[in-house]
Amino acid sequence: MATITETGPDTPNLLTRLWRNQKARSVIIQIVTLTVVFAALALILRNVVINLETVGKEFSFDFLLYPAGYDITFSPFIEYSSRSTHLRAAFVGILNTLLVAACGIVLATVMGFIMGILRLSRNWLVNRIVYCFLEFTRNVPVLLHILFIHGLVVTQLPVPKKAINFADTFFLTNRGFFIPQPVWEPGAGIVAATFVISVAFVILFKRWAKKIQDETGRVYPVFWISTGVIVVMTVAAFLSAGMPLSWGIPELKGFNFNGGLAIKPEFIALWLALSYYTSCFIAEIVRSGILAVSYGQTEAAYALGLRPNRTLRLIIIPQALRVIIPPLTSQYLNLTKNSSLAIAIGYMDIVATIGGITLMQTGKEMETMIIVLLMYLIISLLISVFMNWYNKKMALVER
Amino acid sequence: MADAMRTYDIGQHPTLPAPRTEVGVLGWVKHNLLSTPLNVALTILAIWFIWWVVPPLFEWVFLDSVWTAESRKACWDKMEVPEGAACWAFIKNRLELFVYGFYPAPLRWRVNLSFVLLIMAIVPVLYDKMPGRKFGLLYATAFPFITGWLLVGGFGLSPVETDQFGGILLTLIIGVTGISFSLPIGVLLALGRRSKMPIVRILCVLFVEFIRGVPLIALLFIASSMLNYFLPPGTVFDLLMRVLIMVTLFSAAYIAEVVRGGLQGIPSGQYEAAESLGLTYVKAHWLIILPQALKISIPGIVNTFIGLFKDTTLVLIIGMLDPLGVGRASLADAVWAGLAREVYLFVAVFFFIFCFSMSRYSLFLERKLDTGH
Repeated sequence: MATITETGPDTPNLLTRLWRNQKARSVIIQIVTLTVVFAALALILRNVVINLETVGKEFSFDFLLYPAGYDITFSPFIEYSSRSTHLRAAFVGILNTLLVAACGIVLATVMGFIMGILRLSRNWLVNRIVYCFLEFTRNVPVLLHILFIHGLVVTQLPVPKKAINFADTFFLTNRGFFIPQPVWEPGAGIVAATFVISVAFVILFKRWAKKIQDETGRVYPVFWISTGVIVVMTVAAFLSAGMPLSWGIPELKGFNFNGGLAIKPEFIALWLALSYYTSCFIAEIVRSGILAVSYGQTEAAYALGLRPNRTLRLIIIPQALRVIIPPLTSQYLNLTKNSSLAIAIGYMDIVATIGGITLMQTGKEMETMIIVLLMYLIISLLISVFMNWYNKKMALVER
Repeated sequence: MADAMRTYDIGQHPTLPAPRTEVGVLGWVKHNLLSTPLNVALTILAIWFIWWVVPPLFEWVFLDSVWTAESRKACWDKMEVPEGAACWAFIKNRLELFVYGFYPAPLRWRVNLSFVLLIMAIVPVLYDKMPGRKFGLLYATAFPFITGWLLVGGFGLSPVETDQFGGILLTLIIGVTGISFSLPIGVLLALGRRSKMPIVRILCVLFVEFIRGVPLIALLFIASSMLNYFLPPGTVFDLLMRVLIMVTLFSAAYIAEVVRGGLQGIPSGQYEAAESLGLTYVKAHWLIILPQALKISIPGIVNTFIGLFKDTTLVLIIGMLDPLGVGRASLADAVWAGLAREVYLFVAVFFFIFCFSMSRYSLFLERKLDTGH
């Protein structure tokens, strides 16, 4: 006979019973977490207030309106002198960060795609050379690349007097790369307007061509027509407005070049190093993205009678991009964040200006770091939003 | 000749060996290097590139280089072409600085002992067929604390200030601490982010996204200049400790995202099965979910570790002397100035060896743990 041993309901106290109830437990845990976090925040805030009082500092952003008193040698977009305010210095820094990030993203993408495709080459030698370069570059800190390239640019390039001269208009020296500066004259506005209008026209035309293709299957050579329209219209406007453009040619004066646009060695070093470092990661992403598209897709496209380049453009790349875009986004974000290493070689980005010299001069650690962190958060957010939008656009539309 | 003229009945012809141009070395060359005109061009380009880069580099690094000298001048005097080759005497001269930083010379046995202990701790973690692995793992858990005591001193050992740490020692301290503490914190953050409790989830999301949105260098600046304001007045908090905390939190956020990806890859049937067996949340995760999720996330986790290891160089910007910092400081010495290439190559090779072996190990582990078909 089976005996049922009953472990009678022990009567636990209220707390134990609450703990055994899933819902109640989750509420308890959350209340405790929230209390701990708020207590910690309150403690930190209290400490900050006391500490600031002890050293006699007050929390305010007034310093932004005082003259900065330091020079920024590289400010291609807005006027800046040492008498400008800290706020202006911060703007210069942000623009410099954005500039090197944007240029870096473009170059890294191009190099990454080229190397990724070379990695897939059936040529064993090419494949191996690219592989060795990728593995070595990827496994060495980016800061070392930046310092190394900066060293190369500064020590290996000639002084301005012995500049490497390209047709007397471009000069490569250890003080930077000097290129002609476009000087716009009255009438340039018409050219710009024409350019914008032709781009708008091209976008409309593209939509129309796609509609026609969807309806009738007729294919227009959209690329050639678009390029033609933009180039012809702009050139025509340029000529009819009387060529409203002249070039400021750099000239050697004393020990350095005058006139023209100077691309500083710090910028070149940071840009190149960030680009090739990031491109190694992009190459791997591209390679795995292309490999992820099964060979059956190519065969199917050939069976339908598509030519190889159309197969690549219409079948392989759109499918590969779906795999490529999400990790590519995080590489772009990494490149942008790595641009903060500019401070190691003296490129004046946001960290070096407001988080570096302004911090040292005003002693406003809290305020300046808050600005720097906010700026990076905003930039990261913008890049993520844009890439998410692009990803959605490219994503597979499922029925 | 007569043999070749022989006729065979259908199906009776003996199997002939493949043409010599299709197999062996010749066949390989034909198929891999010379298959199309474009391929031929690429091959020629590649051979030219190798011929252009490799022999000069080999000469610069090995054949013509100078290994013993007292100064840069002496080094270059020994060469046929001044500046024409590497001066490894510089690195040799500064090797102790590169390894130990300014750790007091009479106490360096403690550092050496730590390196040995580190290897002893790594072996049981990496090699699962080791006899008595359980004790090895137990020791590995205790290792950071043992070494911490050994290096910093106190409790019977003469204390050493942490600002004297430097070089490879510093890199390994930051790297090993970051790696061993960021994984558990990262897993907790990932679980928190997938939790059903909204407040816990929001806090984890905020933390992870904040850390991932800002560069490490900004966090290190906070650690070096601002963290004092957050602490009770009068607290003295070691700079190395602050850096360690920041680096750990930084890489924990990235680990959290990787592990979250792994957790998302687990089919919900696994959760349901665990629940229907009556396992509690902790047991279900410890026994069922995490072993599978971590296995999927190994490549990402190791990549994060490699990133962390490389990012240790950033501490030079807040004035700590990691190998790169030691190299830069040595270059400021007038006796040796101008040998930047040697320094960068040496440091690059050091990082390459560590990071490359980590990525190879992750590949090996992936293959070993792969139970799919």
